[in-house]
Amino acid sequence: MSAHEQYADDLALLAVGALQGDERLALEKHLEGCAACRRELEQLRGDTALLALSAAGPAPPGRARERLLKAIAEEPRATKPAARRWSWTLIPWFAAAAFALLAVFFFRQSDRLSQQVAELQDQATQQQAQLERAREVVSTLTSTNALRVTLVAAQTPPQPQGKAIYVRDRSSLVFLASNMPALPPQKAYELWLIPTNGAPIPAGVFKPDAHGSATVVEPPLPAGVEAKAFAITVEPEQGSATPTMPILMSGAGE
Amino acid sequence: MSGAETKGGATDVSLVMAIRAGDEGAMATLYDRYSSIVYAVSLRVLADTGAAEDVLQEVFMQLWRNPGVFDSSRGNLGAWLAVIARNRAIDTLRKRRPETDIADVVVSVEPDMAGEAERSRAMAKVRGTLSGMPAAQRSALEMAYFEGLTHTEIAAKTGEPLGTIKTRIRAGLMALRKAFEA
Repeated sequence: MSAHEQYADDLALLAVGALQGDERLALEKHLEGCAACRRELEQLRGDTALLALSAAGPAPPGRARERLLKAIAEEPRATKPAARRWSWTLIPWFAAAAFALLAVFFFRQSDRLSQQVAELQDQATQQQAQLERAREVVSTLTSTNALRVTLVAAQTPPQPQGKAIYVRDRSSLVFLASNMPALPPQKAYELWLIPTNGAPIPAGVFKPDAHGSATVVEPPLPAGVEAKAFAITVEPEQGSATPTMPILMSGAGE
Repeated sequence: MSGAETKGGATDVSLVMAIRAGDEGAMATLYDRYSSIVYAVSLRVLADTGAAEDVLQEVFMQLWRNPGVFDSSRGNLGAWLAVIARNRAIDTLRKRRPETDIADVVVSVEPDMAGEAERSRAMAKVRGTLSGMPAAQRSALEMAYFEGLTHTEIAAKTGEPLGTIKTRIRAGLMALRKAFEA
């Protein structure tokens, strides 16, 4: 083997997910600078895949197949990967983003749709409410007098990014985030409106989904506050009245 | 990927490309091909049919939503799905957020499994290798992989030294590798 012999056992443990604590941290540090050990780890992960294949048991029930096919039929395809590079300055994009946001709401609802008609009706009502909400979102996103703010983290990769769109005279705020790191238990991100004068104002608590994406739509805000910047901190999941340092992401108006 | 033609007349790679284009039929074909292994892995970890069905659904929905995450350079699709299923099932078992981004899962494993025959052969070989291992070695490997225990937890459970557990896990993986190199 070309990898370092002293790390051989720990690499195998890391590959099966059994290495924790200081030993894991030490090995991960070593891996950053050692291509041979990285290759060996990759190969060991391939070996664990063989282990996964050893699982045997009954075939999944037919209802699982129906459930999947129903779910994919209800979920239109996402846009092509080439469309992922966002152009934040184009008004039509904001409209598209709003509709995508609406679609996400519907997808989330769709995922939860069960066989029960009562639940379906309940969800339809919710979707109607979300449609109303999305109309407001479109209006904010396409407003010509919206303040547009980009918030980025100092470190890469992956690059967390947040976009706040704020219309002062309507106290209307839409915030979209992507690539947000996972949070510790009982913690949430909190968005802050930093006014030109005075203390930061809470502008919504959010948790990213499994893909690191999150949205904050129309949080309650005092009327007519002029925003100098927006910022994000980590807070207890119920949110805080004042930000807890450090500020993870921030951005001023463009 | 050998490009072996299968009963459905399509390779995994061509099916994934069809899924990129939104082809629901291609998704159904891949489901029929790999749902058994994905479900078996999930059920082995979770020992709960409902929870295993949820993982099964989640794994295939991820492929549907983001087929670009898998490409053939990441290895064999069946093995890749099995690893994703195991990781998700362990996350569920430990009630934690997904720890591994599926985009980071690379499976450099050779056996082509697109055909029923290749699949059966590869699985029989893996099971044969496992049953040929010393019981303690196999058990350490399975406790780590299917129960999500750390080496410290395995040592505490078996009353054996940490070093012994580490060596067993590595030796077990090496035995699997060797079986497929031959």
